[in-house]
Formats: sequence, structure tokens, C-alpha cells
Amino acid sequence: MKVSRSELYAGRALLLGLAAITVLPFLSILTTALHPSGTLPSGLAWPAHPQWGNFVDAFQVANMDVLLGSSTYIVLAVVPAALIMATMAGFAIGLLRIPGARLLLLLFVFGLTLPFEGIITPLYFLEREMGILNSRLAIVLPLIALFMPFGVFWMRAHFANMPDDISEAARVDGATTWTLFWRIHLPLARPAIASLGVLMAVWSWNQFLLALVLVEDPSRRTMAGALGAFQGHYATDIPLLCAGTVLILLPTLVVYVLFQRHIIAALLQGSVKG
Amino acid sequence: MPALLMYSVFVLQPLALTIQYSLYRWNGVGPATWVGLSNYLTVLRDPDLLGTLVKSFKLVVFFSVIPVSLGLVTASVIHRVATGRLGIVTRTVLFLPQVIPLVAAGIIWGWLLSMPGLVNQVLSAVGLSGLARAWLGDFDTALPAVGLIGIWVLLGFCTVLLLAGMTKIDSALYESARLDGANWFREFVSVTLPSLRYEIGVCLTVTVVAALAAFDIVYVSTGGGPGNSTAVPGVQIYILAFLERQVGLASALAVMLMIVVLIVILPIQRLSREDRP
Repeated sequence: MKVSRSELYAGRALLLGLAAITVLPFLSILTTALHPSGTLPSGLAWPAHPQWGNFVDAFQVANMDVLLGSSTYIVLAVVPAALIMATMAGFAIGLLRIPGARLLLLLFVFGLTLPFEGIITPLYFLEREMGILNSRLAIVLPLIALFMPFGVFWMRAHFANMPDDISEAARVDGATTWTLFWRIHLPLARPAIASLGVLMAVWSWNQFLLALVLVEDPSRRTMAGALGAFQGHYATDIPLLCAGTVLILLPTLVVYVLFQRHIIAALLQGSVKG
Repeated sequence: MPALLMYSVFVLQPLALTIQYSLYRWNGVGPATWVGLSNYLTVLRDPDLLGTLVKSFKLVVFFSVIPVSLGLVTASVIHRVATGRLGIVTRTVLFLPQVIPLVAAGIIWGWLLSMPGLVNQVLSAVGLSGLARAWLGDFDTALPAVGLIGIWVLLGFCTVLLLAGMTKIDSALYESARLDGANWFREFVSVTLPSLRYEIGVCLTVTVVAALAAFDIVYVSTGGGPGNSTAVPGVQIYILAFLERQVGLASALAVMLMIVVLIVILPIQRLSREDRP
């Protein structure tokens, strides 16, 4: 493609500008976090005496070790269970085409546009009745359920695109439905399942509303939910709040930098199929 | 099917309950009184409650219209002038806000937009200190300021998605357009836009839902204030149900929000999926 020199420079300037706007907020909280606790620094200024100790304080105040454990627990409880269920349902609807598959699919697709706010109120009262309010289960169970529309839709799209020949050949060789699923289709579906897993992990980690409403104790929440509570307590101590935010962001940022290709690919495929 | 079981218990059942609650007056503890559709009438008559829905549509401009248009521009710029490393780096950086918790975005920007924050610092550096204010604390600027956070979060997502779509466009289409004497603008309108219809549809769907159902960013950065100038439906439902204990009214608003989302999303879906298998 022929591109004039002026367009080249203007375009690059635009991109660098946008990238700068994206990065500056992160720099601003980083420098702010280094100011002495309790002071009110200005937006972007390198402190005379960087207070790296703020991070230690924030780590202790926010109970970071407990939080990391709690979030990891929630992700580990949600993602595998949701993956298994979504894969099996997707297999049944997309490949076996069980009776009523179209209706079932429609039911799940309807859930794709459902705002979480729409069901959060009854969810609270339901969980109060079940006695699981304020436990991690209170976040895990609804989260698995809320991932079902997208998960089923995603896995169905994968299985529906599988050529029928594969299943037929396996059937001729005497495979039962179960071996067909385990031996043939599950290994073939591995990339689709992996992307779905990445997505669900990111979404669980970042889930806020469920954590806020259903669990009072921040140490049993997701990372995002705990951050909300931290903000509530330390809204006035800006450097400490920023230090806490940086700490809570750190795991996400490290994972993103390491796996950015996979994450971008997964999130994009996800939205295109959705 | 376990998937269906989970879905029924934790999504469909609450959904039905929301509709049921919306027909009662209930404080969450005592007995509930049947009030029929009066909760809905309250939402429609109370300018504050109906206003939440209006505000959510204003947020659509910031969360959807701007990121999608700006994303189109950015993606085509990357596509034309930065196919190498610069493109990959820009893409990665722009996408970053999409993976961090929205709560964090809210906190970061809550600080940037505050009185001593970076935004005002930049303004006074370029001699516009007269404009400086606590952006999220001002009745006139709070909602656009929240919208700005939305742009920051969603621009990268739209850019990357649209860019992925652009790289799939057959370059022969451009060449034939150029043979017909099209300039870059005509090329953009007659080749790029139609080819990207599906991707644009996805961007719009995701961002419109994010706007109408916004909660995290607003709750963290303003809590609905000042006054109720940024009280969008998501925040209002939370306030009504869990702070003011008006469960019925909250549910009526929730039902209306869900209906609004469906009404807005369905045409977008239909348009973008036309003549697609």
C-alpha cells in the first residue's frame, strides 16, 4: 500500500499519543504511591524520597496474601467446573443435537444479554435462604451459572463446526457416545476450551458486583471486590490507596504481559462468537 | 445436564423472582404486599428513576459511539502505517485497560480527575487552569467524566477487534476500488465499512451492554453522585435494593433495564448478521 510520508508521521504520532494516554494513568498512580503516606501529592510528580515502604504497608493493610489466596480459590473453583459443564452442554446441543436443542440454545443465548444487575437482588435473598451468603460458595456458584450462556454458546459453536464424518467414522468403529466424547472430541476441542478458560479466569478475577453484594468480608472476595473495600477504607489516604491499587493490579499485569497474545486472541474470539 | 441445572437455579430462577418481586412492595425482611404494576408506574413517573435510564443512554455515546468510531480510525491508521512492531506494541498497550478490573480503572481515574490529579495538572500546564475542577464532583461534568473512563477502557478493545477484521479484508477489493478512482475516504466508506459490518456489530453489542449495565466504574468513581447526577440503572438498583430496602422498586427497574437492553441489542444483532451464514 502506498502511504505518503506526511500521513506516515501523522499516523504514528496519533498512535503514540493514544498509547501515552493509555499508559499515563498507570504511571500517575505509581508515582503517587511513592509519596509519603497521608500527603496529597499532585498528579504526576516523582517524589523527593520515594517511599517504597508504602507497598509493604498496603500489602499488610489489605491482607494481600489472604486476598491472593481467596481470588485464586474462586478462580480455581469456578473455571474447571464451568468448563466441564459448558463443554458437555455444548457437545449435547452442537453435536448430538438432542431433542429440544434449538430451544435450549435459545434459552442460553437469551442469557448472553442479561445484565448481572437484573438478577442480583433475588440472588441475595436466595442465597440467604440457602445459608451460603458470605461464603466463597456465594460467589462461586452463581458465577458458574452466569458463565453458562457464554460457555455453552462458545462450545456449541465449536462442536457444530466439527465435520460429521469424524463422529460417523468413530461410530462405525463401535464407539459409544461416551468414548466419542472423551476419546475423539475432547482432545480436538482443546484450543477452544483453553481460550474459554482464559476468559473465565479473567472475568472471575475481575468480578465486582457479585462480590460486593454477596460477601461482606473482603478477605473472602475476588480481587476486584477486595479492591472496592480497600477503596472504601482508605479513600482519603491517596498514596496508600494508590499503592494498594498497584499491588492488586500487579498479578493481572504480569499475567497479561506474559500471555498477552493468548489473552487478546481469546477475548477477541470470545466476542466474535458471542 | 448439569449446565442447565446450574443455569436454572442461579440465573433463570432469580430472573423469574425479579419479575415476581417487582410486583410487590417488600423491604426484604417483613411480609410483602401485592401492589401489581405500581412499581413500574413509580419508575415511569419518578423523574429521578426514569432519569437513570436516560443517563444510561447518554453513557452509550461515550462507551459505544466514541470508542467504536475512534477505534475505526485507530485501526485503519495501524493497518496503513504501522504494520510492524509499532502496530503490535500499540495494540498491546491500548488493550491493557481491558484486562484490569473495572474497579481499578474507576479508582485510577477517580484520582486522575480529582482536584490535584493529573488531568488538572495537564490543563494548567497548557495554560487552561481556569478549566480545572473536581471533574467527578461537579454536577455538569460528572457524567461525561465517567464516560471518559469508559472510552479509556473500551477503545483498545474496539481497535483490536476492528483491526483483526481489517486484516481479513481481501486487498483485491481495494485495488478494484482504486481502479475506479476512489480516494481513501470513498474506499473507507464503500469497502472497509461494509466488510467490517460483523465486527462493528460485535463492538457495538459489547459496548452498548457495558454502557447500559454500567456498574463497577460508576459505583467506584462517583457512587452515583454528586446528587444523583451519575446514578445509572445499575447503581440505582443496588442503592434501592440494598441500601434503601425497596426490593420491589429495585426489581421493577431491573426488569425495565433488561427489556431496554434487549430492545437495543436485537436490531444491532440483526443488522450485523444479515447475509451471514
